[in-house]
Amino acid sequence: MTATQIATPRAQRRVRGVDPVPWWLKLIGGVVGLYFVLPTLFVIPMSFSTATTFQFPPQGFSLKLYENFFTNPVWLDALRNSVVVATLASLLATVVGTAAAVGLHNLRGRLARFARTVLMISMVTPAIVIAVAVYISFLQWQLVGTLAGYVLAHAAIGVPFVLVSVTSALGGFDARLLRAASSLGATPLRGFVTVTMPLISRGVITGAVFAFVTSFDEVVIALFLRSPALQTLPVQMYNSVTVEIDPTIAASSSVVVTAVTLICLVLQFVGGRRKSS
Amino acid sequence: MADPPQRRIPSPQWLLVLPALALLAVILLVPLGRSLTYSVDAPAWTLDHYTALFTDGVTLTVLARTALTATIVTIVAVLLGYPYAYLMTRVGPRLRGLLMVIVLVPFWTSVMARNFAWIIILQRGGPVNSFFKLFGWDLVLYESVAGVTIAMSQVLLPFMVLPLFSALSGIDRRLLLAARGLGSHPITAFWKIYWPLSRGGVVAGLILVFTLSLGFYVTPALVGSPQQSLVAQLLGQRTTQLLDFPGASALGILVLVVSLALVSWANRFGGTISAIGVAASTPTNAPTKDRP
Repeated sequence: MTATQIATPRAQRRVRGVDPVPWWLKLIGGVVGLYFVLPTLFVIPMSFSTATTFQFPPQGFSLKLYENFFTNPVWLDALRNSVVVATLASLLATVVGTAAAVGLHNLRGRLARFARTVLMISMVTPAIVIAVAVYISFLQWQLVGTLAGYVLAHAAIGVPFVLVSVTSALGGFDARLLRAASSLGATPLRGFVTVTMPLISRGVITGAVFAFVTSFDEVVIALFLRSPALQTLPVQMYNSVTVEIDPTIAASSSVVVTAVTLICLVLQFVGGRRKSS
Repeated sequence: MADPPQRRIPSPQWLLVLPALALLAVILLVPLGRSLTYSVDAPAWTLDHYTALFTDGVTLTVLARTALTATIVTIVAVLLGYPYAYLMTRVGPRLRGLLMVIVLVPFWTSVMARNFAWIIILQRGGPVNSFFKLFGWDLVLYESVAGVTIAMSQVLLPFMVLPLFSALSGIDRRLLLAARGLGSHPITAFWKIYWPLSRGGVVAGLILVFTLSLGFYVTPALVGSPQQSLVAQLLGQRTTQLLDFPGASALGILVLVVSLALVSWANRFGGTISAIGVAASTPTNAPTKDRP
């Protein structure tokens, strides 16, 4: 054991000497990496432009677009609608998704596998197919353009994220802890709240955040469910490109990209700390 | 030991699963099922809406264009994704973490922000146009299939890189060194040893990227030209503008069946979908198997 531990770094050093990473591979890696981040690099400078069109390079420097984003009622309403829809959809997806993950954790057999497939179905169904089917049905149920319509549709597509992250958190869960709790007199509910919940909380939070972000950023279904009275931020951004040619989308994009990045970093930081402690 | 195996009553655990199942059934399965009935029922049982898809010139052109675009996007993704995933297996843990975060950037970047950025980059007078003008070529990629391909490849590349990385990091590179030590040319060694071992990941990535490109709606609508729409736009147009629900439903079911068939095929090459779900939900904790 000790011998291999000492030998490993030396062996690796030897491997690197014989088998270096070629320069052209690093170059390709750099170019592809740039391609991944390219759109973000363009959005942020555009948001400080003084121009009234989408021209590039951006002209001047001002906070005019941000001012418009945070004061214009059209943009502000869209932002508020998106926050409300995403919060409610994430809440619903997290509650039903966590319950389903906990339930499925102890279930075996074909029926359980089928249930899991049904819950994951939106991950492999093209958004446009969901959008069209949901639109046709929601027209009859009078859910098009309603808050309930947005929340239900977005919760349905948020469930897989909660299911995956809670299931992976349950992977390391020792069922004997629950049996110990119940032998000490805990009811199943108390056992869940005091034993299971703290151990899977990271998975639940991760799932909730992903369900929130998915809803907040969802545009295809939202485009079909929109009404003049109720539309979400991505739909307003879509309008600003197709109908209005309103550069405020640059400020909106920067705000959304920054917010989502911060959320992911916080999640990563919290997760990393939990893990190391 | 605790539970008698021949129990008949469904386990109470199912009560926990029911709310989620009910939500998914009502919001997704019922509408998809109604699409299916719409597509074969007008008013009597018929397959006309499906045969119409394959006899109507417009639909056929759009289907062919979609398949072609998806193919090009897939080729671009594997050409760029393979070296990137390979590089990820070759660098130290810190740089690998950074490369992994960069791969996941397209996941975080808002859909509309990303498409807006591509409009800026590809439009007339934008950086790409200005660059080619230096060489006297007035190339505008905005509202072209090439522009759509560039924008789609960027966001689909992670779906190539993640399964590839998980396949490539399982390959023992000492096999290559052994081949080289026995006198093999580096290219021969790669082709005979490394490539066959990585093929599962490549196939999974190829199928996944191709499948996902079939359903793209926003990018072709915003970056592409209305004259060169893809199948998703046709689907949207038939639904909201022409109100041709049976026709739209048949087209939607066709896209759905093709997508599901391809994805379940890709899944045979490894738990692709769940692997990506996990990788996406824990950015830098994704599989990083170190060489022994």
